[in-house]
Amino acid sequence: MASPKQSTVLDARAFDRTLRRMADEIVELNNGTEGLVIVGIQRRGVQLAAQIVSTINERENAQVARGALDITLYRDDLQTVGPRPVVGQTQIPVDIDGQNVLIVDDVLYTGRTIRAALDELADFGRPKRIALAVLIDRGGRELPIQPDIVGKKVTVDSTQRVDVLVEELDGKNAVVIADREPSP
Amino acid sequence: MTQSLGKDLLGLEPLSGEQIRLILDTAEPFKEISERTIKKVPTLRGATIVNLFFEASTRTRVSFEFAEKRLSADTVNVAASGSSVSKGETLVDTARNLEAMRIDMVVIRHGASGAARFLADRIESNVINAGDGTHEHPTQGLLDLLTLRDHFKRLDGIKVCIVGDVLHSRVARSNIWGLTKMGAQVGICGPRSLLPNSIDELGVTVFNRVEEAIEWADALNILRLQLERMQGGYIPSLREYNRVFGVSRERLDRAKRDILIIHPGPMNRGVEIDSDVADGPFSVILDQVTNGVAIRMAVLYLLSGGKPELAEAAKRGGGV
Repeated sequence: MASPKQSTVLDARAFDRTLRRMADEIVELNNGTEGLVIVGIQRRGVQLAAQIVSTINERENAQVARGALDITLYRDDLQTVGPRPVVGQTQIPVDIDGQNVLIVDDVLYTGRTIRAALDELADFGRPKRIALAVLIDRGGRELPIQPDIVGKKVTVDSTQRVDVLVEELDGKNAVVIADREPSP
Repeated sequence: MTQSLGKDLLGLEPLSGEQIRLILDTAEPFKEISERTIKKVPTLRGATIVNLFFEASTRTRVSFEFAEKRLSADTVNVAASGSSVSKGETLVDTARNLEAMRIDMVVIRHGASGAARFLADRIESNVINAGDGTHEHPTQGLLDLLTLRDHFKRLDGIKVCIVGDVLHSRVARSNIWGLTKMGAQVGICGPRSLLPNSIDELGVTVFNRVEEAIEWADALNILRLQLERMQGGYIPSLREYNRVFGVSRERLDRAKRDILIIHPGPMNRGVEIDSDVADGPFSVILDQVTNGVAIRMAVLYLLSGGKPELAEAAKRGGGV
């Protein structure tokens, strides 16, 4: 089988630079780090959130609360997908009532993941505000959802895939566009 | 992509080690849901589940009901007494009538071994065995495995001895299947009259004295001595049973290491287990109950939904 075509959107250095810029924008959006809770969406949003939080903590000399959200049980397609998707760990270590929650995800596409994340967060409390930061916005929304902070906007068609690679899981930080493998 | 469990959960005997691991791993994230203020996820919204209990049960029925409700399913409880069952309706007729009301799953507890499979073969709904006669009680076996794995961080190679009335115990059978498939070593200990004849075929070590079992084991799974066994002539008296096979503090203190204590409940304190053991530092009996809800949520989740024809349509439509 021929290997699918690939092109790198962000290499490791551009990736880190983008995350640092996003960290600054998050602090600006929030007017500081007071009441800020940063929640990454499983799986790669969690690692991105961790990198962003450590940048903010270092630059602002702060201790920003961090959580992880697995939205599998809130998906709107559970009745149609075949084998049950693997459920990951949700961990919201602080009370989010009245806090400024920032959701971090790797790629924003249809918006359905974020819809599920908003529903799940509502079961944990009533934040003062929920904002969304994504590393890649690839367009193609199917719901009225938009990001507050974007690392990079890319234009890809539905036959292509955007892969975000993170150090902890993939050995390096990068964003790659690849052709979807043709359906059998 | 994960592998599936199939339509029903009837026992641990038909499952592979991989499938058992899938259930245990899936139960992990479900533990967190019961710690939330709003203990509910929308996963099984719209699904209807009937809890069909032909035998008395508090713990298992309540645990299943919590699991179902925390997944947002609609549930109906049917107990044998006060239902058409007491008017002589057969099991299949009861189930078919329920199915005609468009249910999705049945959780069944029945006094006859094989009742869950009998039902599963005849209705389209998913069937979960909540204990059938002396055959199996798979969700109890699974929650025991989860509790042991939580403590030892592995199941492979640990030594677990089941103490008590193994002959009549569906909990023992599910434990033996589950533990051996996961690579644990299994011992059994009890009066000869309460051990099955063909026990060697199950690949377990038999201990005649509880002191030897304690010497050998990392964990003891102490079974409830059903009091009607005494009338059945299996044991001379409860006091005699306690003297010979009861797990007491003194007996455990003589062991070289700490031994984890599990018990499926309900306990007969002072018969198979002494109070200072049940409430002692190495007892994880209440952790078992907590884990029971997570295990049942995992099983309900894994068996639910996934209509193949819809999956095909979704694949054609594309998009996540």
